[in-house]
Amino acid sequence: MIVARTGNEAMAEAMRQINPDVVAAYPITPATEIVQLFAKFVNDGLVDTEFVPVESEHSACSACCGASASGARVMTSTASQGLALMHEILFIAAGLRLPITICLVNRSLSSPINIHCDHSDTMASRDAGWLQIYTENAQEAYDTTIQLVKMAEQALLPGIVSTDAFIISHGMERVELIDDKEVPKFLGERKVNYSLLDVDNPITLGPLDLQDYFFEHKRSEIDAMDNVLPIIEKVQKEFGDKFGRYYPIVDEYKLDDAEVAILVMGSTGGTAKVAVERMREKGKKVGLIRARVYRPFPKDAMTKALSKVKVIGVMDRSDTMSTLGGHLYNDARSILYKSDNQPLMKNYIYGLGGRDISIEEIEAIYEQLFDIQKSGEVDKDVVYFGVRGE
Amino acid sequence: MAKLKELAAQKERFVGGHRACAGCGASIIARQVLMAAENPVVVGASTGCLEVFSTIYPYSAWNVPYIHNAFENVAATMAGVEAAYRALKKKGKIKKDLRFIAFGGDGGTYDIGIQALSGMIERRHRVLYVCYNNEAYMNTGIQRSSATPRGAHTTTSPAGKVIPGKLQFRKNLTEIVIAHEPAYAAQATLGYWNDLVTKVRKALDAEGPSFLNISAPCRLGWAYAPEKTVKVSKMAVESCIWPLYEYQDGKYRITIKPKEKKPITEFLKMQGRFAHLFKWKDDVPIKEFQEEVDFIWNRLLKRSEAL
Repeated sequence: MIVARTGNEAMAEAMRQINPDVVAAYPITPATEIVQLFAKFVNDGLVDTEFVPVESEHSACSACCGASASGARVMTSTASQGLALMHEILFIAAGLRLPITICLVNRSLSSPINIHCDHSDTMASRDAGWLQIYTENAQEAYDTTIQLVKMAEQALLPGIVSTDAFIISHGMERVELIDDKEVPKFLGERKVNYSLLDVDNPITLGPLDLQDYFFEHKRSEIDAMDNVLPIIEKVQKEFGDKFGRYYPIVDEYKLDDAEVAILVMGSTGGTAKVAVERMREKGKKVGLIRARVYRPFPKDAMTKALSKVKVIGVMDRSDTMSTLGGHLYNDARSILYKSDNQPLMKNYIYGLGGRDISIEEIEAIYEQLFDIQKSGEVDKDVVYFGVRGE
Repeated sequence: MAKLKELAAQKERFVGGHRACAGCGASIIARQVLMAAENPVVVGASTGCLEVFSTIYPYSAWNVPYIHNAFENVAATMAGVEAAYRALKKKGKIKKDLRFIAFGGDGGTYDIGIQALSGMIERRHRVLYVCYNNEAYMNTGIQRSSATPRGAHTTTSPAGKVIPGKLQFRKNLTEIVIAHEPAYAAQATLGYWNDLVTKVRKALDAEGPSFLNISAPCRLGWAYAPEKTVKVSKMAVESCIWPLYEYQDGKYRITIKPKEKKPITEFLKMQGRFAHLFKWKDDVPIKEFQEEVDFIWNRLLKRSEAL
């Protein structure tokens, strides 16, 4: 069925069709709608879910842990400060290997307080041991929400699927919905090896773990992250085979014959694809790489993509506050350290706090990348694009 | 009323061999609470003494399903467990009638965990929340909490030369919980085991959230000989410093009324944490402590008689 939906509505629809056992959530702009719509589904009897309208995001994540440890299929939704408040529990959920899915809307972290898009919230949680998938539009957000539940449960790792605040969350788009009956069929029942509710086989979860065992347990969690990419690929393929929409780990666009390319995440991928088309009409060989799966970082696929061109402009919607530029830039540079083909690279930090990025601005970035190609030199590694006084 | 013989014949749900201090009140409470439960239970614990001494990997003292999440969130964690139970029971995936118990110390309950506790009760999760109240952050080495009595020496309210220990009175958490209108709330202590067991059963039978604030003498933080735990616990009741009462259906009931109300000095002198008060330049700290205890006790008498 083809419908018009905002990103938030599309994610809420996915949650309705998934029909999780437990949703524990706390509203926060710009993700509030997801929680509101879901509460309405509950009260209209469209889902069987036990909805726990908690008193904070900290309790949302905590309740999700308890529910997931009890064998339930569990989801929540948040953004920005809400994710920051969950921060402590994010690590615990991952360490206890509890599948939980967060429908997240990327919003900048305070201060200054702001409700619009950047990626500082999820980037601050990138080392928590959660899968992270950034989407380009409402369709991808809807599809990925369904996929992520399956990936998380198979890998026994929690995961975040995110959209860009307002740009996707509140932008109305054409979305193709899957038939209600097909989603539960695609997901199947959650398979549970250990549950707190199995009183005949009691388990102790979350014991104190000191020098003699902690490292092994942490290592096994890292192992899970090391081995999750094939699971992600498998679920994406199953989804594509069944519903006709295939998603890559790393989204390459017109890259094979490109001389220069930009690397982006989220909705800017869509904007940049239009810029690529316009540049190509002018005969300029430009391409695009969009990081869809960010955690785990897809080293091989990303190295392959980056190695195809001579100059890369990495567009980060967050800064590491380390004087080293953005997160994606640092990851991209790091994986190329041992590569035979090292493209020139420049980091563009852009769009913080929802500052708009236009097609024309991205075209201007492409022009700068051609200048770098010509001169063979990067004048300045990290620039702040679209900010006053720069 | 529980019979000791019957309780003793039960399979232990909280077993020995754990790493609690000799004379630890919290471990006695965990055992008594689980003995009282007549249905299968799932237990959660907040970070704190009980969590640390009962579960050092690969050992566990728990013969029941157990989860520890973090310090401030046992109420939210168990709310999630209970929500999952309702969801899975509705779908026929769980058949048994289970009960849910959250354990938190006074740090995890009175202070850092009060928000999650309030939320759990307000949303009416059928969980019994047990605060094993040893009146300070004992796990991290005896720091003051809002449950620490006035005058007590702790490492962050030390008995100094100009300030005699903690200056503030205890927060009355039981009354804060009662203001939420839980299905059942009570204060108990390990020295009155039958009173405690009865209250656990009432709490688990109550259809809704329930709360037990259980005084847990700590031989280390309260500074007394380990064999005195039960005596100290009883003296807290006899001096009315720790009244044993319950609240259900809008009614207060004092469950153990001391025959003769002892002065608080009888309780204070048993413990090193109050030793400095007896050497203080005046009797103001003890006098004010006594006044606070009398005020709360008299108010409780009125409330229990009024109904």
